[in-house]
Amino acid sequence: MYKIKKALNSQKVAPFVFVLPFILSLLIFWAYPLISGIVMSFQNIDFGVKVWVGPAHYLKLAHDKFFRIAVWNSIEYMALTLLLMIPIPLLLAVLMESRLTKAKGVWKVIMYIPALTSVVISGMLFRMMFSEADGSQMNRLLEWFGKAPIAWLKSKPTAWIALLLLCMWRWTGVNILYFLSGLKSIDDVLYEAADIDGASARQKFWYITLPLIKPTTIYVVTISVYAGLAMFLESFMLWNGNSSPKNIGLTIVGYLYKRGIEKNDIGYACAVGVILLIIALAINTIQLVATGTFKKEER
Amino acid sequence: MKSKKILAAAAAALMAFSPISVMAESTEASTEASTEGEATAVTTVGPENGTKFEMWSFVDVHNEFYGKMVDLWNKQNPDKPVTITFTTYPYSDMHNKLMMSLQAGEGAPDMCDVEIGQFPNYTGENCPLYPLTDALAPYEDKMVKSRLDVYSQADGTRIGVPTHVGASVMYWNAEIFEKYGLDYKSVKTWDDYTKLGEQLKEASNGEVYLTSVDTGGTDWMWVAMAEYGEDWTGGPDGEVNVELDSVKKMLTMQQQWLKDGIAMVSTDGHVDLEAGYKNISEGKIASFPKAMWFMSRFVNYMPEMKGKYDITTIPVFEDGQKCSVGIGGTGTVVTNQCKNPELAAEWLTWAKCSKEGEEHIWNDLGFDVCNKSLWSDKAFAYDKSNVYNTFFRVMPYEVLNDLADKDAIGTVYTTSVSPTLNDYINTTTLNEVLEEGKDVDEALAEAQDYIEMEVG
Repeated sequence: MYKIKKALNSQKVAPFVFVLPFILSLLIFWAYPLISGIVMSFQNIDFGVKVWVGPAHYLKLAHDKFFRIAVWNSIEYMALTLLLMIPIPLLLAVLMESRLTKAKGVWKVIMYIPALTSVVISGMLFRMMFSEADGSQMNRLLEWFGKAPIAWLKSKPTAWIALLLLCMWRWTGVNILYFLSGLKSIDDVLYEAADIDGASARQKFWYITLPLIKPTTIYVVTISVYAGLAMFLESFMLWNGNSSPKNIGLTIVGYLYKRGIEKNDIGYACAVGVILLIIALAINTIQLVATGTFKKEER
Repeated sequence: MKSKKILAAAAAALMAFSPISVMAESTEASTEASTEGEATAVTTVGPENGTKFEMWSFVDVHNEFYGKMVDLWNKQNPDKPVTITFTTYPYSDMHNKLMMSLQAGEGAPDMCDVEIGQFPNYTGENCPLYPLTDALAPYEDKMVKSRLDVYSQADGTRIGVPTHVGASVMYWNAEIFEKYGLDYKSVKTWDDYTKLGEQLKEASNGEVYLTSVDTGGTDWMWVAMAEYGEDWTGGPDGEVNVELDSVKKMLTMQQQWLKDGIAMVSTDGHVDLEAGYKNISEGKIASFPKAMWFMSRFVNYMPEMKGKYDITTIPVFEDGQKCSVGIGGTGTVVTNQCKNPELAAEWLTWAKCSKEGEEHIWNDLGFDVCNKSLWSDKAFAYDKSNVYNTFFRVMPYEVLNDLADKDAIGTVYTTSVSPTLNDYINTTTLNEVLEEGKDVDEALAEAQDYIEMEVG
């Protein structure tokens, strides 16, 4: 007993004890599903009976028209959300930090509230707002401008306006929060020094804020890349199910769900999952290398 | 520093590999939806000493009906009482849970409702369901055979008990036609129907459409196939073929209706949705073909339409064709995780096929029952206390018996190709043809190519 206690208290063992819960959860909830997912992608699985099929699923994926649509939609969605969800929240965060802004707390709360709502509810509301019925909010808006009502969710450009608006409405507040915490870590002394040197507000933003907030930006880009590629629920709720007209809302995870759950083809779905992993890893690695995350730390 | 690299890579990988976490999120989401909308209900019916079963459904009223049947069974069979715990989940939530629990080999209920579109997922070689052939034997010759066939394995083993026939019929807003002095009752063929549409357009100044055509449902195509005796799935052992004359004729006709302003495209894809009920109750459309179970939508969602609607058989392309087809349905199954499957099967088949059970199915749920020996039973079919017998301008079983007399109910199968086929037709082909005016032959050829590649 004493020995165990001593061992646990020793400087060599104690750190491992502290990180053990994390290691365990990593192994159980990440490594195990990852490995069994990869194994299952080489199998046909039918109610407990597993048959080894080699790379058949991957070969089929290569010719799968809908998988291509799904990958393209996901990448497009990721790219568009990056374009919108990095600069806009950054600018809003800077504005919120500005001394000229009144009632900062109120703004923060207002911007953050959408993140607390469930996607299920917000997706439903957006579906109703963008309904093709004459009385829907967006068609009423068109009517004010003297335009005829349109079937918003049936063509890609208009449907994606809804999809991206939903994303922005929901996540802008969260990204603002990340950027705000980044801004807080920038030393005021730098701005004071810049003021004394006569720098304009734009110059301060460009030469002080942007470079110093880079770590935060890298983090936000990394999680946005993944979030964009893994988008599913927004599309699922907007079209009230996994089927959208001409698959304009089909994403990689949507396709995985369609194959694995709706068509009972778990093996094939696992192959889709593995490809998603590879794409996300590739994009994140390129981006992290390009932004210098892997470079030796300067001392 | 190297460890930092690895850590960064691991962090990226951790975030990337999350289909699983995303799926977990989605299940959570649908439960959330259920608390917002339809309540997830759990009830137990039966005595303490009864054999205990668990049963799932995605329709609350189905479970209410089963509950009544438990009480009735226990009264009639005091020697073998059953006690069943019923749980209602939202549609996709329940089917996902059932699929996962059967895949995993544990956690599945003893009995479960399975929607017909989902059924092919369970009919394969390693079928996880208990065979019901023996339990169904006493009812077999009284039931509509095609309805038993759709819930069977390829070798004919019965694995699901049907709920209704779902015979498709034509619903007419008689009030509208009377207002404009038009006669819908003499419509026999689709040509007559089209002419009526032109008259209605003129009389109403284009305000009322004859019907709405679906971009998110295949009912119209099923009707066309049944009329020509075709089936795009090829049936249990045929080959899939969507380039059928019947389908081409129907789509070409619908395209023309849209061009001529006789019909509109169903808001949100088909009429069995909020927007569809609105179009019906506001008189924006004057008629539509739908299965008999759609009657309950009138009673539940459009009670103000009482006395306004009439039901007839559906027009045909050529005289003498069949004019109806069984659409939709729920097959109830006993899973291989049930500890006492003989009793479960005996209770289940009794609850859904016996006269006692069918009375509840017709009076409470408003379905056209599968036990056809009851159709001509006047006390059963024409009871005035049944809400459906007074809601419409005709007693529904009159239409059903008319169909039965003419042997006019055809069959289109739901097979293992159906999920792929329906998915492609509903998301792509119908939108291309009806929304974008694409050439029918071309659109169907593309559909055929894709489906062949998928199932081939």
